Amino acid sequence: MTKLLEIEGLQTHFFTRDGVAKAVDGVSLSLDRGEILGLVGESGSGKSVTGFSILGLVDPPGRVVGGRIVFDGADLVAGGERMMRGLRGRRIAMIFQDPMMTLNPVLRIDTQMIETVRAHADVSRAAARERAREALVRVGISSPDERLESYPHQFSGGMRQRVAIAIALLHEPDLIIADEPTTALDVTIQAQILSEVQTLCAEAGTALIWITHDLAVVSGLADRLAVMYAGRIIEAGPTAGIIARPAHPYTKGLIESVPQGKRHGTLLKQIGGMTPSLLHLPRGCKFAPRCPRADAACDPEPPLAEIAAGRGVRCVHPHLEAEESAAS
Amino acid sequence: MTEPLLEIDDVSKRFTTELDIAERMARRLGADLAPKTVHAVDRVNLAIRPGEVMGLVGESGCGKSTLGRMVAGLLSPSDGRIRYRGREIGTLDGAEARDAALKIQMVFQDPMSSLNPRLRVRDIVGEAPRVHRIVPRREVAAYAEEMLAQVGLDAATSKRYPHQFSGGQRARIGIARALAVKPDFLVCDESVAALDVSIQAQVLNLFVRLREEFDLTYLFISHDLGVVEHISDRIAVMYLGRLVELGQAEDLLARPNHPYTQALVAEIPTFSTEKKVYSAIKGEIPSPLKPPPGCHFHPRCPHAHERCRVEVPALKEVAPGRLSACHLNDAA
Repeated sequence: MTKLLEIEGLQTHFFTRDGVAKAVDGVSLSLDRGEILGLVGESGSGKSVTGFSILGLVDPPGRVVGGRIVFDGADLVAGGERMMRGLRGRRIAMIFQDPMMTLNPVLRIDTQMIETVRAHADVSRAAARERAREALVRVGISSPDERLESYPHQFSGGMRQRVAIAIALLHEPDLIIADEPTTALDVTIQAQILSEVQTLCAEAGTALIWITHDLAVVSGLADRLAVMYAGRIIEAGPTAGIIARPAHPYTKGLIESVPQGKRHGTLLKQIGGMTPSLLHLPRGCKFAPRCPRADAACDPEPPLAEIAAGRGVRCVHPHLEAEESAAS
Repeated sequence: MTEPLLEIDDVSKRFTTELDIAERMARRLGADLAPKTVHAVDRVNLAIRPGEVMGLVGESGCGKSTLGRMVAGLLSPSDGRIRYRGREIGTLDGAEARDAALKIQMVFQDPMSSLNPRLRVRDIVGEAPRVHRIVPRREVAAYAEEMLAQVGLDAATSKRYPHQFSGGQRARIGIARALAVKPDFLVCDESVAALDVSIQAQVLNLFVRLREEFDLTYLFISHDLGVVEHISDRIAVMYLGRLVELGQAEDLLARPNHPYTQALVAEIPTFSTEKKVYSAIKGEIPSPLKPPPGCHFHPRCPHAHERCRVEVPALKEVAPGRLSACHLNDAA
C-alpha cells in the first residue's frame, strides 16, 4: 500500500529584504493512513512552515522552491491552487493554534459550518446543518443546537478549539494537520482535547500531523516523531525509541531541559546558546555551535542517516546504544 | 519557626464593572440590573518565609496573577492585609513605603510589554537605581552593566534596544531590572511561560542561581505545575479565587489531596514511550462572574456530594504542613 503522504526534499524559502530565510530546507517525511506523526521543534525551526507548505498556505514573500509533496499519489506542488482547493477542507484539514484564526468572529457557528459542508458536498442547508450538529456532538459539545446559534466570542478558549476541530472533521478528511492546537489552553482543557483527538482519529482512521514545541505532550500521542532544527529534520523515528534513547544531542538536550520531577531546586541540564537566525545559519551542522560534542567533523553538514530501522539521525556523533551501554 | 517575610492575611480582591449609562437608565425603568462583581481573589491566607520559593499554580482566571500584583503593590486588596516583615504595606508612608515597595519587585510574563521599547537596556535597568539613589549617578551605567552580567548578558549589549534581543534575553533583562533595586522578594508572574523549552531551562537555572547568590525569596506564579515543582519549596494551588491546597512541593505532587490538585498532577505532561490514554476531568472552568455555590470545584469533581454543593469547604490541616480545602477529608 502506498503512503498517504510523502514529502521529499521540501524547501520553503522566504525572500525578505535582508536576505533569503530558508525556513524549511530539505525536509523529507512520510505518513501512513491513520498514523499520528509528532513534528517537534522550537520557534523558528520550520515546523509550522512545513505544515503550511503541505496545504499550500505559504504567503509571499515565502515560496515553496523545491521538493515534492505527494498526497495519495498526486503531487501537490505541481498540482497548483486549483487542485489544492479541491483537497483543502475535504481531504486535508488544518487546526490552528488560535481558533479565532479559523472562525469568523461576525458569523454564527452554524453559518460557518454549513458553508464548510456545502463547499465540498452537494447537500441541502438542512442536511448540512444536521452534519454540523453531529460534528459538534462528536467533539463533546453539550447542547449543540444552542451552540450552533452562538457567535465565536460566546465560547471559551477550549470550546472554540473544539469547534475548530469539529469543522476540521466535517468532511472526514484523510489527513489533519494540527499546529500547536493546545498550546494556548489550560492544562485540564488540553487533556480533554488530547483525549478527544486521540479517540476521533482512532475511530475514523484519520492520519494526523501534530505540530508542537512540547515533546512531552506529543510523546503520549504520536506513533512517530520528527524533530526539527533550523529548517531540517535532525532526528526521526518511532516515538518510544526517540524518547527512551535520543540519538541527536539536540533531542537529548530538549528532553533533559524539561523539569521532570527530579529533585527541585537543582539546576536543569540546559542547552547553551540560542537558536540561530535563519538569515545567518552557521556552516556545516546547524546545531554545532550549541553542541557539546561538536568538532571539526561537523562540517560539512551530515545527512539524515539511518541508524536503525525507520530511525534517522542527522549527526556525526550521535548518542548510540552501544556507546551508552559501554559508558554505564 | 522563623518569622514569615510576607504574610497574606485573609486577602480578597473584587473587581466591579459599573453599569453604563444605558444600563443605568434601564434600571430606573425597572430592569433587574446590578453591577457585576468578580471575586478574583477570595479570602486567601498565605505566609512566605525568608529564603523560600513559594509556587502558586492555577489555571486562567483563578486569581493567581491578581494575588501576585497585590503582593507587588500594583493593586490594593479590597479586604484583608498584606504584611511585609510584620508591617502592613498599605499603611506605610513616605520613605518607609518607598523602601517596602523597592524590596518587593515583579518579573512579568511578556518582556516586550514590560520593557520600554524606546530605551536602551542600560537605561531600562539603570533608571530605578538612579531615581532612588541606590548608586551614585556617575556609576549608574557601570552598575547597569554589572546587573546585566549577573543575568548572563554581555556588557557590550547594554546600548541596544529591547527589540534587538531574543525572547530569552528579554526575560533576562526583565530579571536584571527587578534585581537592580536590590530587592529581597521577587514576584515572578509566568516569567518562563513564553519561552522555548531549551531557553526556559536556562532561565529557570538563572532563577535558582540568583536565589542563592542574592538570598532572594520568590513567589513563583505559573500555570505549569512541572515548572513550579522544579523550583519551589512549597506549592499553593488556587481555583477560582480560592486557595484549595498548600504543601511541600515534592509531597504535594506525590500525594495530592484535593481532587483538583490530583487532576492537575495527572495532566503534567510526562515523557512516555507508550501511547498514553488521556483521562481528562470533565467540564469547563466556570466563569468567575458566576462561580458555582459551595465548593467551586464541585461541578467538575468526580467525588462531589450534596454537602459540596452548599457548603464552602474550609482550608484545614490534613497532614503536618499540608492544608487542603475539601469536604472529603471530614468523611474519612
